[in-house]
Amino acid sequence: MGSIANASKMRGMQDYRLKMMFIMPTLILLIVMNIFPLLWSLVLSFTKYSAIASESPTFVGTRNFTQLLSDSSTWSYFRTTAYFVLLAVIAQFIIGFGLALLLNRDFKGKSFIVPLLLIPMMLSPVVVGLFWRFILDTQWGLLNYLISLFPSTIHAIAEGINKIAYSISFPYIISPSITDSLQQATNDARGIIWLTKPNMALFSLVIIDTWMWSPFMMLLSLAGLSAVPKYLYEAADIDRASGWFKFRHITLPLVSPLLFIALLFRTMDAFKLFDLVIIATNGGPGSATETVSLNLYRRAFESWNTGESCALAYILLVIIIALSNIYIKYLNKARSGS
Amino acid sequence: MKRETKKKTYHIIALIVIAIALIFYLIPVYWIISTSFKPYVDTFAMPPKFWFKPTIDNYKGLMTEGYMGTDGKRQVTGVSQYPRQLLNSVLIGFISTALAVGLGTMSAYAFSRFPVKGKGDLLFFILSTRMMPPVAVVIPLFLMYRALHLIDTHFGLILLYTTFNVSFATWMMKGFIDEIPKEYEEAALVDGYTRFKAFIKIVLPQSVTGIAATAVFCLITAWNEFTFALIMTTKNARTAPPSLASRMGSSGVEWGQIAAGTFIFLLPVVVFTFIMRKHLLRGVTFGAIKK
Repeated sequence: MGSIANASKMRGMQDYRLKMMFIMPTLILLIVMNIFPLLWSLVLSFTKYSAIASESPTFVGTRNFTQLLSDSSTWSYFRTTAYFVLLAVIAQFIIGFGLALLLNRDFKGKSFIVPLLLIPMMLSPVVVGLFWRFILDTQWGLLNYLISLFPSTIHAIAEGINKIAYSISFPYIISPSITDSLQQATNDARGIIWLTKPNMALFSLVIIDTWMWSPFMMLLSLAGLSAVPKYLYEAADIDRASGWFKFRHITLPLVSPLLFIALLFRTMDAFKLFDLVIIATNGGPGSATETVSLNLYRRAFESWNTGESCALAYILLVIIIALSNIYIKYLNKARSGS
Repeated sequence: MKRETKKKTYHIIALIVIAIALIFYLIPVYWIISTSFKPYVDTFAMPPKFWFKPTIDNYKGLMTEGYMGTDGKRQVTGVSQYPRQLLNSVLIGFISTALAVGLGTMSAYAFSRFPVKGKGDLLFFILSTRMMPPVAVVIPLFLMYRALHLIDTHFGLILLYTTFNVSFATWMMKGFIDEIPKEYEEAALVDGYTRFKAFIKIVLPQSVTGIAATAVFCLITAWNEFTFALIMTTKNARTAPPSLASRMGSSGVEWGQIAAGTFIFLLPVVVFTFIMRKHLLRGVTFGAIKK
């Protein structure tokens, strides 16, 4: 009896040591490389400091924050980012989920076609940004050429966007100017200016980001759809339920937790948008596509206002944490609901 | 009968839409590949050339330094920076992936099997480090690296990439390890294995799928990373993405060469992903769906 108790005590000691050995490296790495820098930048955010100047940081209280928050240009960067996030995430959701609904059937070559569709999200944003810049070029871009082959289709699309924008009275982005430029473009399809015209530039970024990331939405939606038990549909078929009923009461509730995860990831990522913008438009024309992250980079590594940029980083961080908390709340609700 | 034909029509329409989507997603990729093999004069041809005589001039131009000779032929003076930068990408990508997956598997095992104080909070903390915008953390990290002389070193980038992949690896591996029945190890412990030996001999072989899927995702992230590489490297440890980006700025954009560099750069990841494609669907759901 005694030896068994001893052995299990030994086992406990052994387990404890192993546990520490296994967890500690990860935790130490994360603390050194994440928590410590974050604390440091919190301190710096209350100082006037430039990383390339020889003067050491001087404490200025909350001046960095009040200056940033009262500056209207800061808000315009946030507004640009928010419009981008909203449009990109909605577009990716609709296209991704729609494709997943279509793909959720058996057909020949499916195991080959699905990974092919995933190629855009495997590419580096640098590659994507560079190449879309080439494709969207006004004079020799591929897209303008393809559009010039089907002018009437584009005309119809512009009309459609116009109608939708009018009926939901959506502000700013799908403002008349964009539909106008689309319509003008149909008259001279070879001359659409994508990346160097203020209103179109952000819209072009949405197109690029949607091309790149709607496959991610598709993948997660597909994973969710394929996990819905078939017998639920069969039971609904016996009851002669309509397609809409099946979608609303079987598919949607079972898929929604995964959809929320996908939306969470995409929103967070879209909020951080940096590499794609710096490559595709570099924030231009003017500051039409200057996102918060890009502005932060400029403040920190071009004007070297280190203290001020630390403050902006914290403002961004707080917004992201708040947003993710809202999402997680909904996620839990969706989980407990299904 | 009528319902059947209706279903069949739907099926065909769905397949047509999928085909259109496939074309839409792949045209830009085709365009990268074809541009990389186009002769210079065809790069800006209008209407764009879909058929052309392929050449490897762009690849030669990418990999070598040189100048235009007076006879109109290119004189090669040496090897360019790009092969070296690709090698940097390979080294940094694979080493950091191996480290992240290794550390992540270990901590995932510990979180999965042992009682840990404040487990939920710790796991949330680990995940939350991944949510942070890189531009927000990079300022203090830059100062820290400068003080420690880690700027533009391979070790510095490996450390960074390991850090931001390890949180993801922990979460993903925990999902996989949770599904391996505890009984296997307990039986081994009764047979006199130590815990560590049981981990090596029982748990690791069982989680090969999970490790493979996690590795794909970590490699893709590290391979494609741009922000840190741009800020933390200048020459010695510069990886391919910031190098490709900087080609944009130089006078007279050599789209053919950029395309060539891009194609070489994306090939390894696409091939790797295709090999691993069976595990991907499972991996991307973060254990949210049990199979």
